[in-house]
Amino acid sequence: MSLLDVVGVSKSFGGLMAVSDVSFDVEEGSIVGLIGPNGAGKTTVFNLITGNSVPDSGSIRFQEQELVGKPTHAIVAAGIARTFQTIRLFPRMSVLENVLAGRHCRMKAGVLAAMLRPPRQRREEEAAIARAMAELRFVGLEREYAQLAGGLSYGNQRLLEIARALASDPRLIILDEPAGGMNDAETQALMHLIHAIQKRGITILLIEHDMSLVMRVCHKLVVLEHGICIATGTPAEIQANPRVIEAYLGAEDDHAPY
Amino acid sequence: MEEFIQQLTNGLAVGGIYALVALGYTMVYGVLKLINFAHGDLFTIGAYLGLTVLTALGLKEHLGPVAGIGVLVIFVMGLVAIIGALLERVAYKPLRHAPRLSAVVSALGASIFFQNAVMLVYGARFQVYPHDLLPKVVVNLFGLEIPLLRIALFVSSLVLMAGLYLFIHKTKIGTAIRAAAIDQGAARLMGINVDRVILLVFCIGPALGGAAGLMVGLYYGQINFTMGWVYGLKAFTAAILGGIGNIPGAMLGGLLLGVIEALGAAYLSIAWKDAFAFGVLILILIVRPTGILGERVAEKV
Repeated sequence: MSLLDVVGVSKSFGGLMAVSDVSFDVEEGSIVGLIGPNGAGKTTVFNLITGNSVPDSGSIRFQEQELVGKPTHAIVAAGIARTFQTIRLFPRMSVLENVLAGRHCRMKAGVLAAMLRPPRQRREEEAAIARAMAELRFVGLEREYAQLAGGLSYGNQRLLEIARALASDPRLIILDEPAGGMNDAETQALMHLIHAIQKRGITILLIEHDMSLVMRVCHKLVVLEHGICIATGTPAEIQANPRVIEAYLGAEDDHAPY
Repeated sequence: MEEFIQQLTNGLAVGGIYALVALGYTMVYGVLKLINFAHGDLFTIGAYLGLTVLTALGLKEHLGPVAGIGVLVIFVMGLVAIIGALLERVAYKPLRHAPRLSAVVSALGASIFFQNAVMLVYGARFQVYPHDLLPKVVVNLFGLEIPLLRIALFVSSLVLMAGLYLFIHKTKIGTAIRAAAIDQGAARLMGINVDRVILLVFCIGPALGGAAGLMVGLYYGQINFTMGWVYGLKAFTAAILGGIGNIPGAMLGGLLLGVIEALGAAYLSIAWKDAFAFGVLILILIVRPTGILGERVAEKV
């Protein structure tokens, strides 16, 4: 059963067609990679899914529910979480507080309860802290919980973003270049982490430039070029697809060094 | 020495009022990067509503001075919070995606609207709080006679500030407010309803400002429809002094400004009281534009 259906989605910015009639679906429990040369519209697709921008046409359905037109916080509440290509943690808050912020949408207490702090509220907060610590353990950051997020190493900041996203109980997690800026050992650990996330029953959609990671981790790949979906299939099919090879070889020089 | 302590305590009491008003500026700036120029007028409205509620409900007669004032504070804070929320919905929300200057102009317009509305409802003359509201008790502290009211004001402003600090740092909603102040887009992706956070900030800030207005009424006994202008500017100075967008900074800046002003007025010249305050503003902008506790000035990526 497909968890996410992107159907004929287009988005232009001014005269530039960033995404044009893109369709793909994400099976429940799978790991799907969205790849393509720089500027192919991958992040735009992510932004459309999470409601950061609204498509000009097309439909995005999550668990049979239309997402287009919903505000971002409602989409997160529906069960989609994401990380960013450029890290967007809350640098002046502690590591634990960052994960707690991710837990926000699953906590019920209103303003009045927050001020009066009845026992129910206190239990909820304790449970949230326990859950946040569990997510930090899951990504291996439990010892850094009291540090300021801005002080973590680059690789650890990426892990913290993942922990923060997991804290919102997503059914689908969207990772935008999770290995960006990571060294080989960190990338290796990230692969294990991605598998561990999948084992928890969470579906994964990711953008990644590290082809060896993509080919080894993903079950299915969607290839974009100039905003158009040029191929979908298993990693083996994609590697053999002449259009994809052409797109990648032609665009090889455009790869910005990280 | 006695003169010094008297002026110092007076400065702290007034500084507490500045700090409460400054918190409203700094919190709104934190989430919206907007100076809410109508905030001083919400402070005025707090003072006037305080007087109205006090006399209309006869709070002192029914409840006695202490409980009466307690109920009064809650009433005024609630009412001004509602006005603050309306202000946000009417004057700022429609301009959320407009250029920042439009929102500033809207803020100035709202300020003029509130000031004139207060004048039309209550008249342009000074209004006077009942003299016999609180017994004129003087407390003897280490041989110094300090009015109880002054101590009570200082303590209440400290209590409100401590409450706010705990709320912001210890609760889920406080975390949401801080997250929205750092990165609205990322906060949305945490499932935080940023619009509701903004609305909440426009309830908390005005509630504190309204309480401050009420305190001025109680402390000085007379209020005027233009008082929000001067207090607003002073509190704005206090917010800059502490570092705009920074909550502990607004508290520190308010108390510091109150003390500087009181000591300057006592030892140099009372006629120059306002000049000291704004001299501080000019000095801080030249020497340390981010304020005492301010981080780098926030810029959007």
